[in-house]
Amino acid sequence: MSANAQMATKYKNNFLKEVEEQVEMGEWVKMCMQCGVCSGSCPTNFHPGWEHPPQEIFMMIRAGKREEVLTSPSMWMCTSCYNCIVRCPRKLPITHIMHGLANYAHRLGVAPKMQPTRSFAKLFWNNCVKTGRVNELKLSVGLYFKDGLSQGIRNGMAMKDVALGLLKAKRLNPFELFGGHKCKDQNGIHAMLKKARELEEKRKALKAAA
Amino acid sequence: MSAEKKVAAYICKGCGLGERLDADALVNVAQKEGKVQLARSHDFLCSEEGVDLIKSDIANEGVTHIMIGACSRRAKTEAFYFPQNAVARANLREGVIWIRPDTEEARETTQEMAADYIRMGCAEIKAMSAPAGNPNTGSSRTLLVVGGGVSGMTAALEASRTGYPVVLVEKSGQLGGWAAKLWRRIPVHEPFKAPADTGVADMVAQIQADPNIKVYLNATVAKTDGAPGRFEVQIATESGSVATEDIGAIIQATGAEPYDANKLPELGYGKSPDVVDQAGLEALARAANGGPMLKPSNGKPVKSVAFVQCAGQRDAGGQHLSYCSGYCCNASIKQAMYFKDGNPDVDTTILFTDLRTPGNGEDFYRSAQEKGVIFSKGKVASVSPGADALTVNFHDLILDDKDARLEVDLVVLATGQVPNSGVDIEAPNKPQVEGGAADAATVEAKPISILNLQYRQGPDVPQLKWGFTDSHFICFPYETRRTGIYTVGPVRRPMDMAQAREDATGATLKAIQAIENAQLGRAAHPRSGDLSFPKVRLEGCTQCKRCTVECPFGAIDEDERRFPLFNESRCRRCGTCMGACPVRVISFENYSVDTVGSQIKAVDIPDEFSEKPRILILACENDAYPALDMAGMQHNEYSAFVRIIPVRCLGSVNTIWITDALNAGYDGVMLMGCKHGENYQCHFVKGSELGRYRLSKIDDTLKNLNLETDRVRDLEVAIADIEHVPAMINQYAERIVEIGMSPFKSF
Repeated sequence: MSANAQMATKYKNNFLKEVEEQVEMGEWVKMCMQCGVCSGSCPTNFHPGWEHPPQEIFMMIRAGKREEVLTSPSMWMCTSCYNCIVRCPRKLPITHIMHGLANYAHRLGVAPKMQPTRSFAKLFWNNCVKTGRVNELKLSVGLYFKDGLSQGIRNGMAMKDVALGLLKAKRLNPFELFGGHKCKDQNGIHAMLKKARELEEKRKALKAAA
Repeated sequence: MSAEKKVAAYICKGCGLGERLDADALVNVAQKEGKVQLARSHDFLCSEEGVDLIKSDIANEGVTHIMIGACSRRAKTEAFYFPQNAVARANLREGVIWIRPDTEEARETTQEMAADYIRMGCAEIKAMSAPAGNPNTGSSRTLLVVGGGVSGMTAALEASRTGYPVVLVEKSGQLGGWAAKLWRRIPVHEPFKAPADTGVADMVAQIQADPNIKVYLNATVAKTDGAPGRFEVQIATESGSVATEDIGAIIQATGAEPYDANKLPELGYGKSPDVVDQAGLEALARAANGGPMLKPSNGKPVKSVAFVQCAGQRDAGGQHLSYCSGYCCNASIKQAMYFKDGNPDVDTTILFTDLRTPGNGEDFYRSAQEKGVIFSKGKVASVSPGADALTVNFHDLILDDKDARLEVDLVVLATGQVPNSGVDIEAPNKPQVEGGAADAATVEAKPISILNLQYRQGPDVPQLKWGFTDSHFICFPYETRRTGIYTVGPVRRPMDMAQAREDATGATLKAIQAIENAQLGRAAHPRSGDLSFPKVRLEGCTQCKRCTVECPFGAIDEDERRFPLFNESRCRRCGTCMGACPVRVISFENYSVDTVGSQIKAVDIPDEFSEKPRILILACENDAYPALDMAGMQHNEYSAFVRIIPVRCLGSVNTIWITDALNAGYDGVMLMGCKHGENYQCHFVKGSELGRYRLSKIDDTLKNLNLETDRVRDLEVAIADIEHVPAMINQYAERIVEIGMSPFKSF
C-alpha cells in the first residue's frame, strides 16, 4: 500500500485531523476565520498556478477535500514573503502551513509532478545535501535540462554569453561539474539530517498520540 | 420677582469683542433702538466682577430681564445663570467676530452684524418672561417594570438599590423569561472560553427577598393613565382582580419571542423531530443535564450536529425577518460547546454566511475553534430528513460549491428575535417603503396591547422598524416617544442577555431622572431641566387638532369640549405644537411666535441698492446651532449678511416667521434642521420631519408673493458639519446675489 493510501485509510474521512497531526503547523488550520486577509495580501496576485488562495485551502481541509488539497499546485506557489503571516488577525503561520502542506503532499507522492517549484526544491535539496555545499554549476545545468535534453541544450545556448562572461571574470569554474568542492565533514552533515528526521517523526508521533 | 418689567442690556468687551467691535455704539443701539431701560458695557462680563455687576443691577435697579451681548448662548451658561430672571443672549463672539475676517474692509459689515444681534436680543428679551415650571407635577417615586425577564429583573433590582420602590408585572407564572429556559449563557467574564451559569435563579431570589419590589405574576397592565410622576396603572391578575398602583415612570421590558421556525419547512422544521430551534436545543440540553444529548427521534446520543445561522433572518426575499438578531452566532457557538465540552468526538459544524460575535464574542469564537468546532461559510438551501440522518444541503461560499452536503444527526436553526412591542399604533399610516409588502409580511400582527395607554395617540409606544419600539439607536437609546416610558432589552432592538442588562441599568437611571424632573415640573430629555411648558390661549383656538396630531410625544389629548388638553409632564418642550398652530395660540414663556418673530422684525434691512442682502437662518439648537458655534470656534468664515436665530426644533418653526421675514425684505431664508426619516437625527424624533412637511408647502406662498422658490431653502445639518455649514451659507449667499435683491425692501 502506498504511503498516501495508508494515511487515507488511517484517518478515514477526517482530513482536518490528518492535517493537524501530520502537517507542520497543521493544528492552526482550524483557527482560520475566513476573513481573506491572507489572500488579499498575497503579492503573487494569484498567478494562474494558484488554484486556491490560502483561506480556501483551509476551508477545503475542513470540508474534507483531501485529494484536491494534496494534489493542488497552490501551496507550491508561495514565495515565502510572509505578508500573510504578518497580517493574519488570527496569527496563523500561513506561510509555514503552506510549506507544511507542500512537504506532506510531496512525501506522500501525490504532489503535482511537473510543478516547477517542486522540481527546483528537489534539485536544490539533493544538490546541497550531497556535499554540504551548493554546487551552482550543477544546479543551473540541472535546471536547464529539467524539461528534457533538447530543451536543455537550447537553454544552455541561450545563456552561453552569460556563462562566457562569468568564465572570463573567474566567477565560474567548469571543473565544478566533476565533483566540485565539498564541506569538511560530509558524514557529519548526513548524520545531522538523519537525526533531524528522527526528531521530526518522534514529534509527529507524540502529536498523534496526544 | 417684581411685576414691573425692567430690561437691561450688557455688552461684553472680552475675548477680543472690544477690539473688533465698537462697544459704545452697540450700547447706543441697545438704548436707542432696543429701547432697554439700562445698557452697559463691561470689559470681561463673565468674570466675577462682571456677573456681580448684573447681580447688583437685579438687586438695586430692579432689573428683571437681562440681555447679554457676549458669547453664544451655549457658552458660559454657569456664569450667566439667573434662574429668577428672563435671559436672552446676543451671540457676538461665535456668531460675529469669530466668523468674520479681522480686516479693515470687513469692519463695517461686522459691526452691522453685531448691531443687528443686539437689536434682536433686545426684541427677544422683551417678548420673554422667566419660566416658572409646570404646575401639574406628580410625586410618585415608584417605578413600574413590565416584564420579568432578565431586562425587567435587572431594572427592578437596580431601581430598588438606588432607593426607588418597584412594581414588577409579569405575564407568566414565574420570573426569568427566556433566560430561565437556557441551560447555560454566553460568558460575560474572563476568559470568555466556556458557557457560564445563567445567574437567573440568583436574580429571582434577590427579587423575592427585596421588600422594595412588589411582584405581580400572571398579571398584565390593563390600563395606564396620567403622566410622568403621576401615572395611574391598573394591573389585572389572572384571578380577575384589578390592583391600582401610583407610578412615577415605566420601564417596558417585554422582550422578544423566537421567530417561528414552523415558517421554515424547507429547513426541515416540523418534518423531523431532529430539527430544532435554539430554544429547542436549550430544552434538550436541560433534559440531558450535563450528560450526552439525545436525538429527539430515537433517543440515541447525538454524534454530529449542524447549526444553521440566519435561519429565517436577514432575508432579502421579504418572506422572513429582514434583520440580523445579533445574538444568535454567539448562542450557536455556546450550543456547539455543549456538545464539544461533553465529548470532543461529536462533530459540530456551524454554517454561517457572516459570523457576528459582538461583545467579547471574538474570544468565545476563538475558544470554540480551539475546541474543534468547525465553521463553514455557507448558505443553507434545505435540510432533508433521511432514514437515519439529516442531510444539510448548502452552498459553500468559500469554495463556491453549490452542492455541498453534510450528514448530521441533529440540526439547530438560529431563528432570531421578534419583539413583543404590542400594538403598532401607526400601522395604518405607515408609508409603504421599499419592499413594503414584504415588510408587512415580516411584522407579525400583535393585536394585544401591552401598556393600554389612555393616550389619544394609541395604547402602546410607537414603533420604528420591524416592530421594534422607536428610540434613537445611538443618541438616546432608551427614550421612547412617550415621556417617562422607557423600553429596554430586545423589545427595542435584538440583543443578548449582557446587552439587555446594560440596557436595563441605563434605562433605570433615565426613568429615575424622569421621576425627579416630573416632581419639579421640569422637562425630561432632551431639554432636561427646562422649566418652560406650552401654554395655550384657548379663546383663539379653532379646534383644528393639528397640535394633538403632530405632538411626537402624545402629550396633548382633547378635553370634553374638544379643545387641546396639554399634559405638561408628558411634554418634551420641542414646540412642534407651536409651529403647527395656524392661529398661533400656543407659546412658551421664553419661546414663542413672538420671541422669534420680533427678532426677525428687529433686524435692520438695508435698501435694495446697498448690495447688502439679508439672509435669515433658523437653526435647530440641537445640531445646527452647535455646528455653527463650532464653525466659529474654528474661525471658519461665512457671510456677514446672515442673521441666525436658534429654534428648539425645526418642528417649532411657524410658517408665519418665514412669511414675515420675506415681507420685511429679507432676501432669503435658510432652515437648518436635523435628518429625518428612518435614520433620523432629530432630538424630538418627528420634529424635523413635521417641520419639513409644513415647509414643503411654502412654495405656494412664495408663488403668491411672486418670489423665487430659492428664497427659502431647507437644509439638513448634522452636528459634525463644522466645515460644511459655512460653505452652505456662502453658496446660498452667492445664489441670492444671482437671483437679486428682494423686491419687498421698499415697502
